[in-house]
Amino acid sequence: MTDSNHIQGRIDWITVGFYVLFVGMGWLNIYSAVYSPDAPLAFSDSAFYDSNAGKQLVWIGTSFVLIICILVIDFRFFESFALFIYLGLLLLLITVPFLGVTINGSHSWFKFGSVTIQPAEFAKTATALLLAKYLNDPLVNLSKFPFQWKAALIIGIPMLLIIGSNETGSALVFASFLILLYREGLPGVYPALFIGGIVLFVSALLVPAWIILLALVILAGLLVLFMPIYMQRDPKTYLRLSGAIAVIMTLALLVDWVVNNVLKEHQRNRIRVLIDPGFDPRGLGYQVTQSKIAIGSGGFWGKGFLGGTQTKFDFVPEQSTDMVFCTIGEEHGFVGVMLMIICFLGFLWRLMYLADLQRSRFARAYGFGLVGILFFHFLVNIGMTIGLMPIMGIPLPFFSYGGSSLWSFTILLFIFLKLDSHRSDMLSR
Amino acid sequence: MFTQRRNLIFLFFGIVGAIFIGKLFFLQVIDDTYEKAADNNAIRKIIQIPFRGEVYDRFGKLIVYNTPVYDLYMIPRKAVVKDTNHFCRVFRVTKEYFIKTTQRARAYSRVKPSLFLKHLSKEDFASVQDAMVDFPGFFFETNAFRTYQSHSFSNALGYVAEISPTALLDQKDDYYRQGDYVGISGIESFYEETLRGQRGVKYRMVNSNGVEKGDYKNGSLNINPVSGNNLYTSIDLAIQEYADSLMQHKVGSLVAIEPSTGEILAMVSAPSYDASQLTGNNFSKYYQQLALDPMKPLLNRPPSAYYRPGSTFKLVQALVGQQLGFIGPGTVFSHAGAPVKCHGHGPVDLRGAIRVSCNPYFYHAFRKMIYDNTTGDTYERSAKGLQRWADLVANFGFGRKLGVDLGNEKKGILPNVEYYNSVYKGEKMWKFSNIYSISIGEGEIVVSPLKMANLAAIIANRGWYIPPHVVKGIGLQKSIDPFYKTPVKVGVDAKYFNVVIDGMEDAVTHGTVEADGRIPDIKMVGKTGTSQNQKGKDHSIFIAFAPRDNPKIAIAVFVENAGFGGSAAAPIASLVVEKYLKRKVDRKAVETKFMNMNYLPNVYSVTRKKAVPDSTKK
Repeated sequence: MTDSNHIQGRIDWITVGFYVLFVGMGWLNIYSAVYSPDAPLAFSDSAFYDSNAGKQLVWIGTSFVLIICILVIDFRFFESFALFIYLGLLLLLITVPFLGVTINGSHSWFKFGSVTIQPAEFAKTATALLLAKYLNDPLVNLSKFPFQWKAALIIGIPMLLIIGSNETGSALVFASFLILLYREGLPGVYPALFIGGIVLFVSALLVPAWIILLALVILAGLLVLFMPIYMQRDPKTYLRLSGAIAVIMTLALLVDWVVNNVLKEHQRNRIRVLIDPGFDPRGLGYQVTQSKIAIGSGGFWGKGFLGGTQTKFDFVPEQSTDMVFCTIGEEHGFVGVMLMIICFLGFLWRLMYLADLQRSRFARAYGFGLVGILFFHFLVNIGMTIGLMPIMGIPLPFFSYGGSSLWSFTILLFIFLKLDSHRSDMLSR
Repeated sequence: MFTQRRNLIFLFFGIVGAIFIGKLFFLQVIDDTYEKAADNNAIRKIIQIPFRGEVYDRFGKLIVYNTPVYDLYMIPRKAVVKDTNHFCRVFRVTKEYFIKTTQRARAYSRVKPSLFLKHLSKEDFASVQDAMVDFPGFFFETNAFRTYQSHSFSNALGYVAEISPTALLDQKDDYYRQGDYVGISGIESFYEETLRGQRGVKYRMVNSNGVEKGDYKNGSLNINPVSGNNLYTSIDLAIQEYADSLMQHKVGSLVAIEPSTGEILAMVSAPSYDASQLTGNNFSKYYQQLALDPMKPLLNRPPSAYYRPGSTFKLVQALVGQQLGFIGPGTVFSHAGAPVKCHGHGPVDLRGAIRVSCNPYFYHAFRKMIYDNTTGDTYERSAKGLQRWADLVANFGFGRKLGVDLGNEKKGILPNVEYYNSVYKGEKMWKFSNIYSISIGEGEIVVSPLKMANLAAIIANRGWYIPPHVVKGIGLQKSIDPFYKTPVKVGVDAKYFNVVIDGMEDAVTHGTVEADGRIPDIKMVGKTGTSQNQKGKDHSIFIAFAPRDNPKIAIAVFVENAGFGGSAAAPIASLVVEKYLKRKVDRKAVETKFMNMNYLPNVYSVTRKKAVPDSTKK
């Protein structure tokens, strides 16, 4: 490749700019969360590198090395080796219950010296790669059932393995591949059913069954009203509608049963905290309540950098990792979080725009997989800090403290940027 | 293919983003409950109590000050005691105490400080200070005790105690909190706002374990405590203590004033109490005991007790009678027609009447003051005459407050027209024959010892006084309310005082004052009084000033149930005057006699009679 030496000329610097912005902002927030006015640590102090801020600086440095590696590797490697990478990750996921160590109650980590790695974080990237490679085959048509089934298999195997190691939160991330599949031709009914299912699940928890029934009947009535006349006259229509209502009602009634019998105690309580914020404020509701207090106390302009009292003094558990958004909310206020959300959406828009520019289906599908994963983390992480989502161990991409998280998102993103930089080298199909 | 789906996907992202921003707007901008919750979470308000102002006597001797005491605190998680025996030896505690207190502290919190040892003295603190490096996790906090140099001034000083629940509710500016200390009586109460200083506030940030993490907003909201202002009193501590020793075994009051300034030199209320016992842990027990004592040691008698002035009031009558123009130095009254008895002597002029304290003389003089130059029937003339008289007498401070800087001054009673109208239930229901007792200071007139000392000062100044006061300077500037600098004229011309002072001199040299009350080398002038009371033996009263020319001290002494004024009150007053003017007392025999004189049995017989409640009827 004659022009592989000019990689910097073709890499999308806007995306890189977003990445640097997010990682930099994230580090400042971690620094603020561990900052102690009594004993500010200097960079020269060795104790600094024992603090989260110091360690994150090391993670950021090593991420830079990873970026160089990814940009140096031949772009065809990722497509060619997608299956091997996927299988390798599966192997790690299978062996982690036997060879891994337990961190924060989660038995899903590998330990190499002082570095700990969670394979589940990297499984997303591997799955996105394999899925994209599978879709690269022009014969694959996602509106057909056999292809849907195979795609579901690629997503489902690592997902089940992760559920097996009790990382339900990480497993749910795989639901984000719906966005990839939808973009690549999966009929709209699947994401619609998915969203409808979530709406049904939440409403079944929040409102009594008869209200759901009433709502369904009214909905069915409206549907009939706006139907073409020939359908209105067909008695089968009413049979189908009644059947649909019956199925939905059965599912709604099943929700209670599932919550009470299938979910584990801690999962049930997380959902309960969500629908009843006053539930157990000193215990399970504590994290949500403290998180809301921290964000709410930020006000319109925030308390200023290093000025937060709630996050700094450990009122919010996991403040540097999953709850890093609280620090932004407290110190930078409504203005800060609004800008952050707008930036993140802008970032996602840029990635989708780039993905649609790709000539190869592999690169495009991978790009949408990346967008889906990032969006899912964004949705759940911010949602849980402001009490709109149940508490799950889902980090905020690029912002949250943690080596596995930062490395995996860096790899995920820069594989796409590498592919994008070679989009003109690829064959259009 | 499917390119329009990108827009649909982004629409979905946008909706989620909008929902988040909406929710955040609600959380951060609209709803302020979280902001308040955060303050409660992380900011701890610490009140710093400043040192209360100190009190000095007129020569700069300390009367009241603060003794620092040291409270030892421990933080269980940080506390490491390698050698418990050594620790217990240093702090002089038993091993059991150490174990018990440590356990209690641990049970309370491992990271928050707990009180380990209370009220270590300065000496104890100094002895353990060097050893503190061996005991991490232990630290001292300074506290203060009100300390009283002398036990003799307690009633006027007042005391400091925890604020009562009712006072807490009644306060105007919301300054005090539960458990705050506040001046309860005397100058501690009157000068509370001067003495207490300005409380400091510190906002400290705490983490979720309650451990302090530094100043909130770098201490920009903190307010440093300001110590209370010192008070410089006019009290002469040596005289105060001497007077106090003379008032032992007696119930009564002694007030000495410097006539030219109105400054109170000494003020004894007997019996008194030990103010130092009212600080600290002993308060409730000791207070209970004082409150139940029939002798009322908590009552500050000089400004608050009620007495009839007795014959000392004749001085006022002599002055007012002259000013109104009804009597003069040459006026003579016979004893005939007077319902009051005399002590066996012939007709006298005004000077003589004061010397022998002639009751009929002042009966006739008062009758003249009431009836002369008035018109109408006897009822109308009585009312007009009394009003004329009372208006002038009121100038001397009778029936109203003098404005002394002690919280508990009482007005007393000066009977005037309204007063008798209400006693006799209507106008024209009373006349001179009903009210003549006040001519000799008996009947309805009620005074306090302070008012009588002030009367002595008025006579010494020949017609004016400065409101008596204990504090002559506040704070570094030693400033004082101009009220305590401004002379008040009583409306009696200076020339009318000569004959009265002559009479008072005679009373001391060869009148009602007994030999014990005479000072050989000091010209003291005075007037005895014997205040009748239904409950027991008469109260002995004496007011005086000295020296006759250029008076330096005016004094009033009240001794309850001690009989004639000349026998008990006058000698005590003379001893204090002698001590003040010469700084020593030559009449040792008199001094010893009155220091040991015990009038309490007379008082007991009264209180016992009074103290038998009929429990069967209630």
